[in-house]
Formats: sequence, C-alpha cells, structure tokens
Amino acid sequence: MQIARETLLRSYRSMRTIRDFEERLHVEFATGEIPGFVHLYCGEEASGVGVCANLTDLDTIASTHRGHGHCIAKGVEVAGMMAEIYGRQTGVCRGKGGSMHIADLSRGMLGANGIVGGGPPLICGAALSHKTLKNGAVAVAFYGDGASNEGTTLESLNLASVWRLPAVFVLEDNGYGEATGSSYACAGSQKARAEGFGMPYMECDGTDFFAVHQAAGEAIAHARAGNGPVMLHVHLARWYGHFEGDAMTYRAAGEVAAARADHDCLTIFRTRVTEAGLLEGTELDDIDSAVRDEIESAVIAAKQAPLPEAADLLADVYVRY
Amino acid sequence: MSKKSFRQAINEALRQEMRRDPRVIVMGEDVAGGRGGTSGTVDAWGGVLGVTKGLLTEFGEDRVLDTPITEASYIGAAAGAAATGLRPVAELMFVDFVGCCLDQIMNQAAKFRYMFGGKARTPLVIRAMFGAGFNAAAQHSQALYPLFTHIPGLKVVVPSSPYEAKGLLIEAIRDDDPVIFLEHKVMYDDEEEVPDEAYTIPFGEANLTREGDDVTIVAFGRMVKLANEAADRLEQQGISCTVIDPRTTSPLDTDTILDCVGDTGRLVIVDESSPRCNMAADISALVAEHAFDALKGPIRRVVPPHTPVPFASVLENLYLPSVEKIEAAVKAAMGHRVPEIA
Repeated sequence: MQIARETLLRSYRSMRTIRDFEERLHVEFATGEIPGFVHLYCGEEASGVGVCANLTDLDTIASTHRGHGHCIAKGVEVAGMMAEIYGRQTGVCRGKGGSMHIADLSRGMLGANGIVGGGPPLICGAALSHKTLKNGAVAVAFYGDGASNEGTTLESLNLASVWRLPAVFVLEDNGYGEATGSSYACAGSQKARAEGFGMPYMECDGTDFFAVHQAAGEAIAHARAGNGPVMLHVHLARWYGHFEGDAMTYRAAGEVAAARADHDCLTIFRTRVTEAGLLEGTELDDIDSAVRDEIESAVIAAKQAPLPEAADLLADVYVRY
Repeated sequence: MSKKSFRQAINEALRQEMRRDPRVIVMGEDVAGGRGGTSGTVDAWGGVLGVTKGLLTEFGEDRVLDTPITEASYIGAAAGAAATGLRPVAELMFVDFVGCCLDQIMNQAAKFRYMFGGKARTPLVIRAMFGAGFNAAAQHSQALYPLFTHIPGLKVVVPSSPYEAKGLLIEAIRDDDPVIFLEHKVMYDDEEEVPDEAYTIPFGEANLTREGDDVTIVAFGRMVKLANEAADRLEQQGISCTVIDPRTTSPLDTDTILDCVGDTGRLVIVDESSPRCNMAADISALVAEHAFDALKGPIRRVVPPHTPVPFASVLENLYLPSVEKIEAAVKAAMGHRVPEIA
C-alpha cells in the first residue's frame, strides 16, 4: 500500500517525538523531580504510530499504564503531557491524573490506564457508541501481553464478537508482564484465543512501521466496514524496565542492547524511506532537530508551570453534586 | 396518575427517557432475554424480574442489548459508551455481582472526570436489585449501598417507593455523572399512585415522610416503609417521630438530618446494610460531630449483625431490621427500659 508522503513525515515525527519524550523522561526521572511512577514506551513507537496513522480524531483508543506513546500517536499535545507528568496545573489533566491517566477525549484518547486490562471493556463501549451513533468510527484497545490474560480482556473479546463491534484489539507483546515473561504467563496461543472468539487474527513486527501500518490498516478497515472485531498481535521489545527504577534483573545481559542495535524502529524507518527514495535524509534530520527543540521547551515550560492550587483538590469529582 | 407497582414505575421511567433521548440505551443480562433460545421468543424475560419487559419491542435491539454473563466487560462497556456519547442504563441484575466488575465502576467510571482534569462526562446509570427478605441467601441479598457511597465520583440512589423510584430514575438518567440505582427486590410489587408523565426528584434532597417532636428516624430504601409503620404504632403510644428518607446516600442531605436532630434531640437510624462502616455509622459520626449538643441521649442504630445474609427464613428474619426492632430502638432512645429484640 502506498503511504502518502505527508503521512510518512507525520508518522516519523510522531515516532521521534515519542522516543525523545521518553528518553528525556528517563533522564529527568533520575533527578527525582518527577513524582510517582513512569512507564516508558521506548522501542515500541512504531506500534502506536503505525496503528494511529490509520485513525482520525473521531476514532477512540484506550491505552495502558505505558501510555505516553499512544497519547502522542493519537495527537495529544506534548507540552500538556509533560506538564501533567510534572504534576502541574497546566497539564492536560490539570495535574490530577499524572503519567498513568493522561487522556484527551477531544482527540479520541480515552485515557492511559493504571489498571492492567482496564481498557478493553471501555473500548467495547466506545465501539458501541460509534456503532449506535452510526458515525463510522472505530475503537482500538491497546493492551499488553500481561493484560491479555486478564478476565476483562477475554470477556471483551467475547462481547465485541457477540455484538459485532467496530473494535480492534491491539496486543502489544513486549515479552514481559512487569517482570514475568509472557512465555511463562500466557497459556496456549494468542492466535487460538482470537479464533476461539470468532475474530480474525493478524500479527506483525512491531519494530517495522510499515508492517504495523499495513496490518492495522487492514484490521481497522475490517472493523470500520461493520465486519466485527479483529485482534492484531504486535511483537516488539521494551527498552526500559517495567517502570523507571526497575533494574531488569530478569532479563539476559545484552537483550536490550540487541534490540536497540538491531530493531530500532526509527533506524529501520529511516533506512527504508531513504533507500526507496520516499523521503530525504535531510527532511528527517530537520524533524529530529525540531522535535529536540519541542521536547526541550516542553520540559522547561513544565518545570516553570504553576502547581495545582488547593481549590483544585475539590474540583471535578462530579459534574454536579 | 394511576396506581403503579415499583416494577412498573421503573419500566415507565426507562421507557419515557428512551423516547425522549435516543442516546439512552439499556443493556444487561436478560434485559430482553430469549436470543439464542429455541422458542424463538424475543423479550422472553424483560429482566430476571420483568422490570425491562417490553422495551425491546418498542426500541429494538440496537437500544436494548442483551449481554453475555460477563459483568466486567459490559459494565466497562457501559462506562466507555457513556464517556463517548451514549447514556447507558446498565442492569447489574443482583448488586452482589459487583464483585465481578468493581474495577470498571470504582477505578474507571467513577474516576474519569477527576483523573482527566474535568474533561470527561460519564452519564452512566447502573441499576441493580439489592436487599434481603427473599431467601436469596448470602450472594444475592446484600445491601451494598455503603460500598458505592464510599467511592468519590459515584452517586447512589436508594428509592423507597414506586413514586420515588420513577422520579429518581429519570433524574439519574438525565444526570451527567455515574449513578448507582439500587432497587429493593422485595418491593417490586409494592403499589402506589404514580404520575403518568415524566418527572424528576433531585438528588441530595431528603424527603420527610412524617414530622414529629420526639425522635428522628433516618431510614433507607425499604426500611422507610418499616420506619413509618413503627412510627404509626409509636404515635398511638404517645411518641411522635420524624421519619427521614434521604433518597440518595451520595450526595447525602446532611442539613436535613442535622436540622431534624436539632429539633428532636434523639436519633434512630435504620439501615439494612452490614453494620460496619455503613450509613448508620456514617450518620452517627456526622451527628456526633455537628449536633452533639442537641442530643438528649445516645444514638440508636437498627442494623443487621456483622454476618452474611442467611438463607432460612427464621434466620433471615432475625438478621433484618423489623418494625418491632425499630419500635424498641425508638423507645430506648426515649429512655424507656425495653427488652432487647434479637
């Protein structure tokens, strides 16, 4: 499938933004200035971006605790995200959600989620809204191999099939649910699970933007056409620990280094588009430079932004009470 | 205005709101019933106790959705649908089944608005039946409204009669926050005059079902009826009671409770839920903190023991608050020496 030049440029920028955002958070978290937990998406950028390149603002996604990448891929504003992670009043959630609860419903981003397996049921609901309101939109649940074993996920696969919902279940399989390998924790096969619930199963290399874009495009088109849900199994690697501060004692020496050296989605993308003459290397360099500046500005702005005020504590529990 | 049962009042509220607003949908286990059955009968049940009967026929299967028996996925779906443009009324059948889907209520629907910095609206209603008196035993009889009341972001409604049920359910459906609407299963055949047209009863405004000088009784749901029966008996013995039906446990009309206690100086709370951290405990703390000086004697709580709900009638009757227990508690509050009723 031919991908529009604008889409390629936008997708590269999105992947680069996620990479720099996360690498910077890795550095900043170590200084102790960022409160709470942070779960980084580095290494997985091509998945979120490859999927979301097939979506519009009307389409809905639900994310996970490792949600920064999905937010950026779906168009949530980077400065507002950074401010949120710093717990500032200017954050997209006014400093009341933090890293694990970034959401922007105006972008169809139904939230990162602190509960493993929290998103799939919500996506059944978003897909039901789209189907009932007949707006032609789809809903996409990102979930990990850990969440693939949650009852909520398995129930949602069933419900989506029973109701023939315009939903896509994107299983981002990075091989680890926290510190436990998916080879230990996931019985049977994901393919058999999808087939068991009567939905098509697809899989792709999550470090290859083009593979993800192609597969997700087909899955989303299937769902959008009213043919029911699809499971898309994306294979990728997590470059950092479950959370920042995780020493990753459960991973073999060299595992992450090999992923960085041989399966960097940004390098793979650059090689592919420049060798095929789709984009110039200098265009990508310009994006790299612009993103560097954007992240730098976002961090500076976040650090200088006002903290929430006492009145914010009591605000927005209810619409009306 | 005509005589309607608690069941009919709820059905009428759903029907009128579904006619008024196409975004209102109903979903749950067997809310229609019959799909996939061998008789070919659609709308076979209309809910396990017939509350949603006839909705499928009028509104069709796009708006009346039977679910598999998978509470986590469909309650979560209701939350997700509410956040993205629909106004779902999800039926959880027995509130005890919340054990299978609490995450979707407690960590998702209830918290969207706060976590997302005020950007989300989640106009979700979860209906469920609750309460003992049906020999339904430990897993089908609990009065779990304190559990939901404990969770910021949820509103909790406990209607005490058909009239109350219709007005409060319409209010719940029009409300933009997640609402837990709890129907006492023993009340479905109770009847009273209920207006035919749609009307709303605001949340957080208690109803005084009677006013008296000596003792304030606060009661919830089905207990309101029992409290009024007790008050009738006490009236004949020269003790006059105020009976407060708070209607909603969240928000709670604390002003009315404190005002009435200020007037009578004596308080009895009738609460069918388990005694620890229940509404009786909550209101006791409220009054102890804010109306201590008005109290002429100890607060009395008419509550079940700290046990699961038993099955056998003899035990279930011992378990539940009753007119006799309320009467005894009021007399005790008046300082009478009364034998304790087990």
